[in-house]
Amino acid sequence: MDARIGIRNTKSMLFKGLIVFLAFLITLPLIVVLLYIIKQGVTQVNWHFLTHVPTPVGEPGGGIANALVGSLLMVGMASVVSIPVGILTGIYLSENPHTKLAYWSGLCVDVLQGVPSIVIGIVVYLWIVKPLGSFSAIAGSCALAIMMLPIVIRSTEQTLRLLPPSLKEAALSLGVPYHRVIIKVIVPCGFAGILSGIMLSVARIIGETAPLLFTALGNSYLSYAVTKPMESLPHVIYTYATSPYDDWHNLAWGASFILLMFVLILNITTKLITRKWNIQL
Amino acid sequence: MEHTVVSASKFNAWFGDNHVVKDVSIGIEKNQVIAVMGPSGCGKTTFLRCINRMHELIPGATAKGSLKLYDDEVYNMNPIYVRYKIGMVFQRPNPFPNLSIYDNVVAGYKLNGLKMAKADLDNIVEKSLTSAALWKEVKDSLHKKGTFLSGGQQQRLCIARAIAMEPEVILFDEPTSALDPISTSSVEQLFHELKENYTLIIVTHNMQQAARVSDKTAFFYLGELVEFDNTKQMFTAPSDIRTQNYITGRFS
Repeated sequence: MDARIGIRNTKSMLFKGLIVFLAFLITLPLIVVLLYIIKQGVTQVNWHFLTHVPTPVGEPGGGIANALVGSLLMVGMASVVSIPVGILTGIYLSENPHTKLAYWSGLCVDVLQGVPSIVIGIVVYLWIVKPLGSFSAIAGSCALAIMMLPIVIRSTEQTLRLLPPSLKEAALSLGVPYHRVIIKVIVPCGFAGILSGIMLSVARIIGETAPLLFTALGNSYLSYAVTKPMESLPHVIYTYATSPYDDWHNLAWGASFILLMFVLILNITTKLITRKWNIQL
Repeated sequence: MEHTVVSASKFNAWFGDNHVVKDVSIGIEKNQVIAVMGPSGCGKTTFLRCINRMHELIPGATAKGSLKLYDDEVYNMNPIYVRYKIGMVFQRPNPFPNLSIYDNVVAGYKLNGLKMAKADLDNIVEKSLTSAALWKEVKDSLHKKGTFLSGGQQQRLCIARAIAMEPEVILFDEPTSALDPISTSSVEQLFHELKENYTLIIVTHNMQQAARVSDKTAFFYLGELVEFDNTKQMFTAPSDIRTQNYITGRFS
């Protein structure tokens, strides 16, 4: 009997050791990549880098102001469309899970989430770039908005579905009309979850290159015109990293570092928000 | 004969094809505590939820027949108005987790967007919490979240929330089944005080509770209202054999 317990304990220890080892193994490359980008990029970043546009080959200096502005502008425009539409769709799906419409739109959301981003780029190219006759920031943010929608929808839906039905009943039993129940009770109670879904979707699309290749294209100059081509962070990395010049490689490393910091900050903020605003049910 | 507040005649309710409340006729008088008891699945909770029209919120749920609040047909009134007039307390305490204790009490006003002076709201909060026997315990922490309270306190907060709307009737759906014995007895004590101003209809699984708190008891069995009489009469000399069997524990 004692011997058997010994064997069992050893098995448990081995199993525990294995999962700890695997967790460590997974974390290691991530940290190495992170540190490498930071090491390569951090020396490039200074005020000049953030406020100037790239210089031609051979000229010193130059920065990524155009890409920074472009990325923020396009992600901003995509968010303005996707967040309200996504939240409302998410509310519909969580409130009416058994309707036909919910079944089909849920399916579409899943499929949309699985569509390769380059395909979305091509579709937006055919729908917007071609008719308008020019690559544009609007087309870029459309592609990003399509990428963003399914993430916002699903996270909203899943957050709201976890809320107990008794919460809604409590509000309804006080004579509160349905729309106010949703706005004043259901959404505030799921706020942390909805917000973290939004943050993660922003973090996701800010690094997307493929949908921007055929839509926003890129622009070596600082531009605020939404109907004209516009630079973006991932695209600047793509262009400069594939160039043969060391100066440009450094620029790409700097841009990578900035992009990484964006994503890192968004993720950390999300964690903090969910911890702080999470509502105890 | 006292004034009848809630009356039903030939009232039926369904879930899809499942006929759960059958031809119920009952008259409930003002300022009384009515216990509704019966075995699981007998339709007592469904009947209760018909009174403030919460039943119809479940997909496929339907109801037919006459159900009146005073002289008005409940099913001809706007459900929102019905729920103003008929409050409800649920099986599990369900304070709004995003609101403070204070806001939970006046949730009926705030969530409906009714603008009121701060002094009036303060007044309602104190009055309602006092009636729910919770004021002394929470008066110094009114702005903490309602979910920090214990289960029994949360349930009394929910009662305060219902009282705050000054309804005619308050429905209780097994209000103590999720509470410990001490919290249960504090809620039961409340019933005696609340009936001075309100009419209470309490669904309960617990026969001792029905006997302790109610003036009249309704016994439901398989969707029918078998017997409705003074509680004392019902527990000492029930007129229907099914009631007698239930009370003596032959089935449950």
